[in-house]
Formats: sequence, C-alpha cells, structure tokens
Amino acid sequence: MGSRMQNRLKNNLGLLGWLSGGRYGAERYAYALHRLSGLGILAYFLMHIFVTGSRVRGPESWESWMAFFSTPLFKIGELLVFLAFAYHAVNGIRLILVEFGYMVGKPGLPSYPYSYSTLRQRPLFVVVMVLAAVLMIIGGADFYHMMK
Amino acid sequence: MRESKLWFWHILTAVIILVLLGLHMGIMHLSAILNVLGIGPDDPTKSAEVFHRSQQLFFMITYILLLGAALFHGLYGLRSMLFELSLSKTLEKFIGGLCAVAGFALFVYGSYVAVAVFQLKGV
Amino acid sequence: MSGSAAKDSTVIKTVRFEVLRYNPEQDVKPKLKQYVVPVTKGMTVLDGLTWIKEHQDRTLSWRSSCRMGICGSCGMFINGLPRLACNNQIVHLHSDVVVVKPLPNFDIIRDLVPDLESLFDKHRSAKPHLLRKDLAEQNHPTGEYFQSEQELMNYIQFAYCIKCGLCMAACPTVATSRDYVGPQALTQAWRYTMDTRDDGAPERAATLYSSHGVYRCHFAGACSQVCPKGVDPALAIQLAKKDAFLKAFGLRKQRQATPVLGPVRDWTPKAEIPKAPAPTVTRK
Repeated sequence: MGSRMQNRLKNNLGLLGWLSGGRYGAERYAYALHRLSGLGILAYFLMHIFVTGSRVRGPESWESWMAFFSTPLFKIGELLVFLAFAYHAVNGIRLILVEFGYMVGKPGLPSYPYSYSTLRQRPLFVVVMVLAAVLMIIGGADFYHMMK
Repeated sequence: MRESKLWFWHILTAVIILVLLGLHMGIMHLSAILNVLGIGPDDPTKSAEVFHRSQQLFFMITYILLLGAALFHGLYGLRSMLFELSLSKTLEKFIGGLCAVAGFALFVYGSYVAVAVFQLKGV
Repeated sequence: MSGSAAKDSTVIKTVRFEVLRYNPEQDVKPKLKQYVVPVTKGMTVLDGLTWIKEHQDRTLSWRSSCRMGICGSCGMFINGLPRLACNNQIVHLHSDVVVVKPLPNFDIIRDLVPDLESLFDKHRSAKPHLLRKDLAEQNHPTGEYFQSEQELMNYIQFAYCIKCGLCMAACPTVATSRDYVGPQALTQAWRYTMDTRDDGAPERAATLYSSHGVYRCHFAGACSQVCPKGVDPALAIQLAKKDAFLKAFGLRKQRQATPVLGPVRDWTPKAEIPKAPAPTVTRK
C-alpha cells in the first residue's frame, strides 16, 4: 500500500480549470472573464494612481504625461480598460444579485429534469450580457469619435 | 466572522464604485454623447479641465472615496484569487498583510494628491 | 403483430471508446487507448466499459456498484463533462466517439479510479450529522423532534447528495485550491444549518465562512449543472452567503433547535383498530 500511494497521478486542472475544462454553461466562462477583466482594471488602476498623482507638480507635468499617452497604442489600451469595466461592472451587478439569493429560486424537491440555480438565473445572465454589449458599443463609438 | 466582514465590504465598495466610477467613465469616455446632450467638457483630459475639476470640493471628496473603494475592492479580489492557489498558511497571511499595507499606503498617497491639488494655487 | 421491436442484443451502431489508461506500476504518463464497442439498445457508458473488460481488455479498471445512479461510485469525465457512467446512455451522447477520462481534480489511482479521500475529508469537516446539546436525549431518545413540512423543504433538496464528486470535478476553484472546502461539503454544512433539528450552527459556520469557505465561490454554476441528483450546490452556497449577511445585520434571528415532542396526548384510537402486540425486543 505504501509504495503504490506515491504513484498517484496528479489530475488537478489547475489554472487552466479557471478558463475552461469541459462543456460547462456560459456562467463558468463569465466567471473567468470577470477575473481577467478585474485583473486588467487593477493593473491599470495602480498605474493610474501614480500618473494622476503627477497633478501635484502642476499643469506642465500633467501635459507631458498626456503627450506620452497620446499615441494610438495607449488610446486602444484605454478603450480596452473601458470595455473591461463595462463587462466587469454589469456582470458584477448580476453577481451581487445572485450571491444575495435573488433570481436563483428556492430549495424544493428535485424532480427530473432538474431545475437549478444556474438555469434559473439564465434570463438575468442574458440581460446582463446584452447590457454589457450595449455599453461596450457606446464606449467604442465614443472612442471612434475621439480618434477621428 | 472576519471573512464575512471582508466580503460585505467587497460588495459595498462594488456598489460605491458602480456609482462613482460610472460617473468618472461617463465624464472621461462618453464625452461625445454628453456633448450631444449639451453637457460635459469637450476634452476632459485637457489640463484646464482636469485642474478645474480637481479644485472643486465635490470632485476632491468623490476622488478620495473612489480611491478607497477601488483599492479595497481590487486588492480583496486579488487576495481572493491568490488564496485559491493552494498556498501555505504563512504565505496567505503574508499576502493578506501585504494587500492591507499596500492598499493603505496607496490610499494615503492618493488622498494627499487629491487634497494637495485641491489647494494648489495659480492653476 | 406489433411490428419489429428491437431485441436488447441487436447492435444499433458502433462507437469508438477512447479511455485514459494509467497503471502506476508500469506507466509514467497516462495515455488514451481506443476500443471499438458495439452499442445495443439502452447501453450506458458503464455497460460499454464492462463490454470492453469482458471482450477486449481485462486490465481496464473503474469503480461502479449500483449501476442505477444512486451509489455515486462511477463518476468519470465523459465527452467533456463529469458524469455518472451508469446514468448516461451512449446514444444520448450523440457522438460516435466516447472519450472517458477519470474525474478531474482528484488524483488518479489507476485508469479511471480517482482518489476520493479529499472529498471525504472535506465532507467530514462539515460534520455531516445532527449536533445537539441534549446528549441524554440523543443517546436515549424519548420522543420525536418537531419539524414542519416547510422546515423540511428548506433543506431536504440538499440531503439528496450521493457524494459522487462530480460537483468537485466541475468547480473551477477546486481545480486550483487544495484547501477550498468545495461545493459538496459546503452544501452539506448548509443542509445541517437549515435543519431545524440541528443545534450546531457555530461549528457549521466555521466551515462555511472560513477563508476557504463560501466566499471562494464565484457562481460559475458548473456544480449544479453536473449534479446527477439535482441537489443544486450553487443554490446552497449562495443561500449561505445571504444568511451570513442577514444574521450579521440582525435581519434574521439565530434560530433555536427544535424541541423534543412529548408523548401524544388527547388521543383515543378508533375502536376497530387492534392493539399493537407486545414488543419482542426490549431496550436494555
């Protein structure tokens, strides 16, 4: 028994399990995207604190930073941050509702075919995704208008 | 329980950020649409606009609020992700402490900037 | 007569099974092995594995017992989802290829046999039994505990868990976190919290609201999707979060454990009902 125990094969999905892992419902991928967008926003935010901190040194310091960030690459980066925020915020609203027990239903007697919380909040999920898409399009339109 | 308290703050700061960052994003990224409605600055990143806002009490206070809320929310989320990586108890304690210290330090710095610019003369 | 009803042994189609094989005494890495299996009417994936073992490869190993979806032994990763092998007919997979791998997020002992010790350890940590202060009553019961139909409905769904581990395989947090309690044990902790006969709310709270408890769940919802008994662990976890919030802000009271019902009073049996015979087994 002892030596054979050491030959157990590790089978954890690991970090890949956050992104995929099987034919799961859309919510499992919404969770991965929520994490990704959150990390992106956090990274941008930490830099943002220092960049906007340059205001203390007066308008010249501010203007020079703005000139540095005026290249299209950074503008696209800003758009990405806005898109990430749009998704993260709207999906976050759904998560707040669900994690406080709204739209997931009440416990009862399971009878096949089962109704369960993931299915029950699906309409909310669809509404949220559509709202996020609308916000992203609005943001994209503004970005396009600004780049012209 | 402590973990419950942290999570409640995570949700509360999320709601605060929804409002304040929504406002911030509106000013910054939806200026074209706001212009159509007849409000809002033409280019919110021009230094004249930036300093005009920074020297209004409303913006100074909301900047500090947003800074605190976003720092807590973001760093708690990061801590959450790191706690799910099968780390040792000591490492988890260290990460929790690091997030708290870094968050507090950044909050102090950002608040100082907001207050200092609010009081800046000659802009 | 009534037409040509297919006999149970008529082969409907042929499928290719791709089964992950791993022998700890011989292999360093696992590998997929292919088998061509004839499918008859009503044949489940478990039946397919049995056919392979009987006709093609006697070394194939897996766990199974009841073959009817109640013991929870045959959890495997079949065609992209954790499923019970006995609960899924091959034709219902709608594919000519059946990929069978061992349950993810558990160590592999051999072939399709997962090491479920982590599942049972976490289940034990939720203290899955009634905890009450009245030990005398627990050891020498004098009556029933009161529980209304409504109180039963609050937790009975979560009591249907067969400990198959499919939810743990589906959960993205379990994929990376060895310490995360997991949907199965969290649901059981909640099941006992909501059971009005139980008085162990502080012990359950230690499991539910620790730094590796319900707050490490982010509602991917995969656990409820794959549960073969409709237990809906995701629902239990979100209700636990809501409960913590309501109790912390005084919006929901800590409930008392339900009392023992005394002997039935003011009851006269109908005259026609015969009296019960004397007990043949007496309690010492």
